[in-house]
Amino acid sequence: MQLITHQTGPEGQKVRRLYIESGADIDKELYLGFVVDRETGGVVVMASTEGGMDIEEVADKTPELIHKVAVDPLTGLAGFQTRQLAFALGLEGKAVRSFGKLVTAVYTAFVEKDMSLCEINPLVLTGAGTIVALDGKMNFDDNALYRQKDIEALRDSAEEDAIELEAKDAGLSYVNLDGNIGCMVNGAGLAMATMDIIKHYGAEPANFLDVGGGATAETVTKAFKLITADSRVEGIFINIFGGIMKCDVIAAGVIAAVKEVGLKVPLVVRLEGTNVKEGKRILSESDLAIIAADSMADGAEKIIAAIGKA
Amino acid sequence: MSILVNEDTKVLVQGITGSVGAFHSLQMIEYGTKIVGGVTPGKGGLSVHDRPVFNTIREGIEATGANATVVYVPPPFAADAILEAAEAGIELIVAITEGIPVMDMIKVRRYLETSKSRLIGPNCPGVISPGKCKIGIMPGHIHKEGAVGVVSKSGTLTYEAVGQLSALGLGQSTCVGIGGDPINGTNFIDVLEMFQADDQTEAVIMIGEIGGTAEEEAAAWIAENFTKPIIGFVAGRTAPPGKRMGHAGAIISGGKGTADEKIKAMQAAGMLVAPTPAELGTTLKKAYKG
Repeated sequence: MQLITHQTGPEGQKVRRLYIESGADIDKELYLGFVVDRETGGVVVMASTEGGMDIEEVADKTPELIHKVAVDPLTGLAGFQTRQLAFALGLEGKAVRSFGKLVTAVYTAFVEKDMSLCEINPLVLTGAGTIVALDGKMNFDDNALYRQKDIEALRDSAEEDAIELEAKDAGLSYVNLDGNIGCMVNGAGLAMATMDIIKHYGAEPANFLDVGGGATAETVTKAFKLITADSRVEGIFINIFGGIMKCDVIAAGVIAAVKEVGLKVPLVVRLEGTNVKEGKRILSESDLAIIAADSMADGAEKIIAAIGKA
Repeated sequence: MSILVNEDTKVLVQGITGSVGAFHSLQMIEYGTKIVGGVTPGKGGLSVHDRPVFNTIREGIEATGANATVVYVPPPFAADAILEAAEAGIELIVAITEGIPVMDMIKVRRYLETSKSRLIGPNCPGVISPGKCKIGIMPGHIHKEGAVGVVSKSGTLTYEAVGQLSALGLGQSTCVGIGGDPINGTNFIDVLEMFQADDQTEAVIMIGEIGGTAEEEAAAWIAENFTKPIIGFVAGRTAPPGKRMGHAGAIISGGKGTADEKIKAMQAAGMLVAPTPAELGTTLKKAYKG
């Protein structure tokens, strides 16, 4: 079965495992969410009476039904804040205390386990007046996994894109897309902008690939292999603006990669920045069929034209 | 006058003994930045590029009179380095480090409210006032002194903008990389306020990317408060929802944070938006010189 939600994107994700919870005596279905909020610079706890529903739709159509408290990292989640939420949800009696206990426990786990998102939907009020979490979802901060070994151990590689996983192991940031032009870029912003310009000129990028600032000839070779392993790729556009990364290193890496894996599709390389002259010289002195580009736009147009001819 | 840094800025390098810190310290010195020393706990007394290394930032400030620091410390220790600098009350902290856990940054940001220090970054290329002072990792030689201010979430895309500006003969007053993390020290509006007040800055390029709502908030602020010519660009029009595009903060989640929404907000604020990343320079020129 394919699960499609706001978070999975339209193509959805295949469900491989099910967790079955015993039936509950449900009086009310509630929503409880914890997020890292960019505006307040801290954790925000959200609760709503519209549990069991698509919360994005609730936020869109009836934002007044979502109650929020911002947690001060110095004090942590305060008791009065959990009561604020409980009363806003219309809870009474021992359910207020039961709710407060659960929210506080989840907040503590959120901070200690370096989560970036935690959603409990639905959170239910039972006929007996207790609060039970029936379904939940947690996201964790990749940057903190080094100190969350138990969370890291839960990683299920079957749930992840094989190429994206391979890229991650090589220190590359890679996202698989639907197009036919493979991209290799340094820097996330420039990588996105490169995808955008390919699309602007009427073609589709096959991937997002940021080789990062400290890439070596080996990383470039690895990146090149990843791109060429994708059978949909009909052309490759390498767009590098060298800052930390030196253009001559990139050029050497590209040549090494081409020699190793061969070049079956057109390759356009645009180099700019640190050691650009040296980089361009290395490429032009190689006898490989590399098309040089002078700017981003020039590169995008050249790769699209090259594919058209092929 | 430029903003944030100028020819009088005296800089300490936190993490100067590491390979990245040492490499960029030399680049900054060669550019003309007044690098007055470095800090690596336990390595006090050494020297790197003829600059003294201190155990603590307080010692470094006392000995050198530094008013700025740049952080090249690895992610697990970077938040602590920023806190140490903020506690010492140094004016400017530029954090280059990529990959600091967001929980650490939440604490740092809260602590900064009690400190007089300004934090730029983390996960950013740094700040440069061309011809005066470069703090960070950007290639100095592509810059040119002039009147255009640049503020951006992205590193290499900023170099792209600067390269295009310099090629058109348009120099820069100051270029500020605010970083692509969800929690950072300085946002677009903070920098725009400084550009508004700065005599040298006559026009501004603002470069955003998908994720969060900082661009929308800045656009609303610009409509009310910013009087100089300003153009925008947002990277990630083609980014699929739910996928993190390299930067920790660059993700479209729950249908929010799309490039199209940000572009619409910029246009509603009267800004020209560069249609492609290849037209950053020409779009600025159009808004600035007509």
